[in-house]
Amino acid sequence: MRDDIASIFEQVLNRPVEITDDTDIVEDLGMDSLGVMNFVMAIEDFYDISIPLDRITQVQTVGDLIRAVEELRKGA
Amino acid sequence: MTILAKHAAYKTAYDMVRNMGIEPLSVRFDDVLSPTEGVLAGKKTILLGTNNYLGLTFDPACIEKSVEATKHQGTGTTGSRIANGSYDGHLRLEQELAKFYGRQHAMVFTTGYQANLGVLSTLVGRGDHLMLDADSHASIYDGSRLGMAEVIRFRHNNPDDLYKRLRRLEGVPGDKLIVVEGIYSMLGDTAPLKEIAHVKRETGAYLLVDEAHSLGVLGETGRGLAEQAGVEADVDFIVGTFSKSLGSVGGFCVSDNPDFDVMRIVSRPYMFTASLPPGVIASTLEALHQMQIRPELRANLMRNARRLHDGLTALGFETGPEANPIVAAVMPNQEIAVAFWKMLLDAGVYLNLAVPPATPTNNPLLRSSVSAAHTIQQIDTALEAFEHVGRQLGMLSADKRRVGAAS
Repeated sequence: MRDDIASIFEQVLNRPVEITDDTDIVEDLGMDSLGVMNFVMAIEDFYDISIPLDRITQVQTVGDLIRAVEELRKGA
Repeated sequence: MTILAKHAAYKTAYDMVRNMGIEPLSVRFDDVLSPTEGVLAGKKTILLGTNNYLGLTFDPACIEKSVEATKHQGTGTTGSRIANGSYDGHLRLEQELAKFYGRQHAMVFTTGYQANLGVLSTLVGRGDHLMLDADSHASIYDGSRLGMAEVIRFRHNNPDDLYKRLRRLEGVPGDKLIVVEGIYSMLGDTAPLKEIAHVKRETGAYLLVDEAHSLGVLGETGRGLAEQAGVEADVDFIVGTFSKSLGSVGGFCVSDNPDFDVMRIVSRPYMFTASLPPGVIASTLEALHQMQIRPELRANLMRNARRLHDGLTALGFETGPEANPIVAAVMPNQEIAVAFWKMLLDAGVYLNLAVPPATPTNNPLLRSSVSAAHTIQQIDTALEAFEHVGRQLGMLSADKRRVGAAS
């Protein structure tokens, strides 16, 4: 899943990125709020899920994001 | 370090603007002369950013009613309707709003912001699903946080994306409420309401439309986008404000929902705040009346809107997709936006400087709002100022000018 997420990051940011579970999405990848929203929507399309706003605010690192996506996919 | 140090990033950004010698947040009007003119630093200035769509703030009939009500009933109600009771005016305004919209029920709030807080937090609760357009106004986002519903954003003005998200909720228990705006406040674009109403019918969701910027502006009788799009029957709740086309302050919600009145005893932003003062209620009632008997106001408004929108586009500025009373010019970056805004002010034109994250993209905007009360000369003066400043800042090429002049 991390590879898929990395390639979505690359599409949204239009540059190569290296990520680990500890990568901070805002701090390390330099995303602003608009970038985060576009990225979240791309993730939602890819996995065919909707991530509710309160879940998004809990996500800080790539690891957080992977856990949120996994939980939402299980719930679906 | 103080308790407010957590907002340092915002302070730094604001200080950057201040270091350029301007304080957009402390524009002080020494006087306001009319719906379209104010005095700034001793100089007459065209007001092109006040949301005063029908120019009714100085309407003699509205002022007279307001003065009369203030003299008879005092300056304020000093309490909430649930504790202190309602005045006759509150009930009459609710009746008139219901009648105007052809609905069973209406409820008046103390501000438009509170109307969204009060309605959204009451319509959906824990286990329900709130579907918000990503570019929704802050009051919609804040209202969504006041309730306990799950909040899902869909791509701005994208009915397919909305449909996809509702489809994912198929079979999931809980009410689903779609929230869109008639006219979006930054770029002046309208929601594709016909298509959204279709999605609503397909998925069994409820639909709320915030007509804050479209009341008195869109539709044959000024009822807003739902009227213009011919889908009023699909709209379960309409929310709006008195502080734009009706020239006062306050908010409302209208609906045919048979349980509507229960909101009066559960909606906290309605219950725990002072009700609108008699003078505000009286001018709002009169403005609602004037709006209905003077359709020419709407015609003048749209004429002015088209003139500014088409004029800016012809000059080579990037504007919103539709000629509506909100006309925004997209700026390439914050430095140019701030300088442009300041130079327009020096040239006697006041409008709004909007910077991210309040704007839908990463670009700052110079946001105008046109009034029916603007003269054609005022619109043309503003266009000339835009052209002059745009040239000085190197934003307009000579080529574009020729294309614009020829079209």
